[in-house]
This record gives sequence, structure tokens and C-alpha cells, in this order.
Amino acid sequence: MAYDKFEVLTSSAYPLPIENVDTDQIIPARFLKATERKGFGDNFFRDWRYEADGTPKADFPLNKEIYAGGKILVGGKNFGSGSSREHAAWSVYDFGLRCVISSFFADIFRNNCLNVGVLPVQVSAAFSDKLFDAIMADPKTEIKVDLPNQTVTLVATGAFEKFEINGYKKENMLNGFDDIDYLKNIEGEITTFAENRPF
Amino acid sequence: MAKTLFDKVWDSHVVRQVEDGPDVLFIDRHFIHEVTSPVAFLGLKSRSNTVIYPEKTFATADHNTPTWNQHLPVADPLSANQLEALADNAAEYGISHWGLGHRNNGIVHIVGPENGITLPGATIVCGDSHTSTHGAFGAIAFGIGTSEVEMVLSTQCIMQPKPKKMRININGKLGFGVTPKDVALYIISKQTTSGATGYFVEYAGDVFEDMTMEGRMTVCNLSIEMGARGGMIAPDAKTFEYIKDRKHTPKGADWDKAMQYWETLYTEEEAEFDAEFTYDATDIEPMITYGTNPGMGIGITKSIPLADTIDGGEETYVKSLKYMKFDQQDAMLGKQIDYVFLGSCTNGRIEDFRAFCSIVKGRKKADNVTAWLVPGSHKVVDQIKEEGLDKIIEKAGFILREPGCSACLAMNDDKIPAGKLSVSTSNRNFEGRQGPGSRTLLASPLVAAASAVEGVVSDPRALLTV
Repeated sequence: MAYDKFEVLTSSAYPLPIENVDTDQIIPARFLKATERKGFGDNFFRDWRYEADGTPKADFPLNKEIYAGGKILVGGKNFGSGSSREHAAWSVYDFGLRCVISSFFADIFRNNCLNVGVLPVQVSAAFSDKLFDAIMADPKTEIKVDLPNQTVTLVATGAFEKFEINGYKKENMLNGFDDIDYLKNIEGEITTFAENRPF
Repeated sequence: MAKTLFDKVWDSHVVRQVEDGPDVLFIDRHFIHEVTSPVAFLGLKSRSNTVIYPEKTFATADHNTPTWNQHLPVADPLSANQLEALADNAAEYGISHWGLGHRNNGIVHIVGPENGITLPGATIVCGDSHTSTHGAFGAIAFGIGTSEVEMVLSTQCIMQPKPKKMRININGKLGFGVTPKDVALYIISKQTTSGATGYFVEYAGDVFEDMTMEGRMTVCNLSIEMGARGGMIAPDAKTFEYIKDRKHTPKGADWDKAMQYWETLYTEEEAEFDAEFTYDATDIEPMITYGTNPGMGIGITKSIPLADTIDGGEETYVKSLKYMKFDQQDAMLGKQIDYVFLGSCTNGRIEDFRAFCSIVKGRKKADNVTAWLVPGSHKVVDQIKEEGLDKIIEKAGFILREPGCSACLAMNDDKIPAGKLSVSTSNRNFEGRQGPGSRTLLASPLVAAASAVEGVVSDPRALLTV
């Protein structure tokens, strides 16, 4: 699925300082019944955002007007655990976010994000605390995520941290490429390999 | 350098290593189901690609299928639409498809091994995190996202960095009433829900060697619940005996050739792991969870821990207990329950139904309990009937349903109502996992059975005969 290139993103952020946020919360299973990839943003964190009757929960960060328009989510430790549903990453993207920052990500969610154009940025626990504190102090705090330089910066103070991403995935994100483009280009190598598999 | 079991299987599947990037990993077996595959096929079509090796992909319907009246048209139009998309895509690309009502139909992680599709030394993926189940056979098996499903369909490869390696050793003999599910919940309670993130786990020691294949599948199934990509156990005589002569298992000379390879699949003495943990079998008792992730588990006779004894944020812990309507230091035994769910890719096999029946035989379901007993496949149903377990189940006041994922993730009508408390043999106790507002206690089939007849959380050891 094609996605927009990611270079430098400067934006305010939604804070969600809860640990072990699983993908069943990010998008509950009953919303996985589509056969097309559209509209998942509406049900992003459905049961944390809305009462059973559809009334928005006013105190949930994603519903607060003061954070509206942010393109970054700062989540607690072990973000995206559980189910492999890529719908979770789609819902992040469809909600209008391009980057999730956490001190620790679950593996499959991180992979899925990278495959759909959402940048997962892992920072130290100390820097994560600093981000939460800054957002609490000023909900419009701007965070700059610079992929070419692999830095995440609190714009107001200049405090920053480097983050890791492998060179291959970085090139993909910068150019809007994905793995299928790469794999189709080495198809001959793959078919030769396949001929030598025992079963 | 000495190699681990994991190294041997992974390294033999690397088509190429990308510089400063992932490995291109060849996939031997690919399972697909109705929920995570439709968008992958759309992607395939939009790029004008085709399915490169349709004979290596296997489709089964399980996630949103009804477990009652499967002979009737599926009432939910969205579920029906997904099931139809799976059937259409399988037909269009020549992929084997076991749809609703097919005699090989069932939960993907149960029908794969049953039909000999799951083999030692293979790489196996599926758009489902519990694909780790297949590691019980000495395969590298793990869950993938829909973009990767499209990758496998169109190229038979995915691109992944090689995970780090962890070994978990448990030696000694398991106590009375302690099952593979308890072993897994015990390990996860020690590791927490993220302790094995970034790792691929090998389980080793007496406890796993002594386990049946069904038990090994339960343990490997739950590897993802501590964050591990997957878990595996070295294949042995038990493994080979299980797979021999199944539908898709190699036969004749191919079997002999495969055996030569499979017998090389073990961790060499000098091989090193990035992390290693050793636990003692005698420390494990029947387990139960009390919170909203599978790491929040304790021995069934214990009380809910105090927040300040927990590794992790207090705010998250308090939120979790509030959702469960529990208090710190509550005893788990004796809590009144509303539902019991026996089934899922974790505990929906014949052995699980045997265990359940060993307790409910000659007893009656408690009046306050609604119980859903959902076999993992039609083959499991057949065996239940062959062994007469269906009679025991019926006599005790329970009803056997038809196969599917059911209340494990509540995509069909099997939803635990808001606020209700369920003892479930499935794999996740996340908020709303079994239906919006539902509260889940994960446990073994023995604990589920004991609780079903007593109407409260119960220790199975009191009801089991030696």
C-alpha cells in the first residue's frame, strides 16, 4: 500500500502515558470485518474514546480539543503488544498520525507501522518522561521528528535524542518505498532458492 | 560457531542479507484466514502481481465464523463478506481452501498440524500472532501483518531482521493438576508481557520433553504473550510420530530424506543464547490471571499482589484492577464467575477436552455459569465423539458447539456481555477482548472445568482423582 514519504515532521502530540497498550485497544476485533483498507481512523481506540452509546469520553486525550491536529502520539512503555492485526497501524495512519513515540514497542506492531508509513520512534525512558512532562506543561508543545538525522527534538528547549532505524527501512520511509518493490526485483534469486528447498 | 536450533532453521532460509537492513527470509508454509488476508489480495491485484507459489499457501475460515448452525448462511453480512472474499481469492489463485463446513475446517493453528502442513525445520507465517503455535514441531513460526501477507503471496518471502535468541529451561516433574497452560502462564508472569520482545525463544528441559505435542503447542502458542516473536521446541521421536502419515506429510523416500534433515535440528552444546532463564517445575501450581494482560498471572491459591510489589507503572496497574473490579490482595479462589470458555488455538485440542471431562464427569454445571465449549476443528469434534466425551459433556449439562475462534476474540456472536466474568482457556485477557466490557480470567482447561461445576474460581486439585 503506497504511503506518503516521511522526512521531517514537526507537530504537537497526543499523550497516552499508559503502559502495555495492546492492539485490541488500538482497534477492537469487531472493527476488523472490512475487506478494504479504509475508515479505520474512526474506530482508533474506539472503546477508550467512546462510551457504549457512542458518546465521546471527554477526558480521553484523543478527544481533547487542546491536542487536536497533532500528528504524533507519545505512548507508554510496550506500545502495540498482542494481536498482529495491521489494522492497528492503519488506524494510527487513518486517524491522521504519522509517528508514534514510545520507550518500548512490541515487535509486530513496530514492523506493521514501518510497512504502512507510520514511523515508530523508540526513545529512552528518561526522554519519554521529558516528552510527557513537556506536553503536560504545554499541550501545544512542538516535537520535531527528523528522519534523515534520526533525531527527535523538543522544539522549545532544543532537548533532543537520537533514535535507531536500519538504513534499509529509513530509505523506504524517506522515499515511500516498500518491501514488495524490493522483493519483486530479486524474484530470480528467490525462485532459484525455492527450487532447492526440501519441501 | 556452534548453532542453536533457531539458527539452523533461520539461516537455511535466508535468501539474502540486505546491507544495514533485514534478512530476506524464504517462507515454506503460509496460512491465511478471512480477516487479515482480503486487503493483501487487493494489494496484490492493484500491483498486477500474482500468487507466486499457490501450493505453499493454505486458507481456512475461523476468526469470525459462527459456532452454532454452521450449515445455515452466515447472518452477519460483514462476516459473510469476508468469508466470501477468502473463498473467491482462494479459487482465483488456486489456493487450498477449507471454508465453513469443510471437514478439514477449524482454527488455523489446529488444522495446520492436524493435516501435516506444519513440519519441523520449516518457516511458517500467518497473519495471526498465535502462529507461534507451530514452533512446537521445531519450526520457525510467527505472526505477520497484512502487508507481509501480500509479500508472501507475491514473493514467498518476508523481510525481517534476525531476532535475538532466548532459552527457557524448566527441569523436574510438574505437580498434580499442573498443565502446559499453567507452565506457559507461569513463564509469562515471570517474563511480563514484554520480557521476551525482540527474542525468539527455545523451550528446553524435562518438562517440555515430557509434554505431549498438544501441550507443546499450548506453550509455543503463548510465546507471543511475553512479547516473543515465537517459541520452538526441538523435534524428537514424539514429534515425528505425531506428523507421520498425515495428509500433507512427506511420504516414502521423501519422508526418509526429510527425517535425515529433521534429526539435525537441535541446539548444539556450545551454542550461545542472548538470554537464558531457568525455572523449577515444582514451583509451578495451577495458574490464573487477575488483570488485563497475560503477564498478570498468579498461582490460583495466591492473592492479587500489591501495586508496590509490581514491576511497572502503578497508574497502569490500578487502571487494570479497576477494569477487572478487583482489589489488591483479593483472593482469586471463590470469586463468583458468570461464564466459562473452553476452546481457542491455545486450548481447543482433544487433550484439552479430555482434561475438562476428567473433572466434569459425574458432576453438573453450576446454574450461574454459561459455558461455551468450542472444539478447535472438526477432527477434534470427531475424536471427542469417538472417545465418548460428548456424552460426558452432555450429561454434565454442557453443550458442545461447532469449531472456530469464537469467544477468544469475540468477532462472531460469542461475546461475553459487559461486566461479566469469564474463566477462559484462551490466550488474552485484554480489556474487551471477549466482548466490550467483558472481564477475563485466563486459566487451564482443568481450572475452567472446576470453576464451571463450582460456579466460582476453583482449584482443580480438589476435584481431581489421582
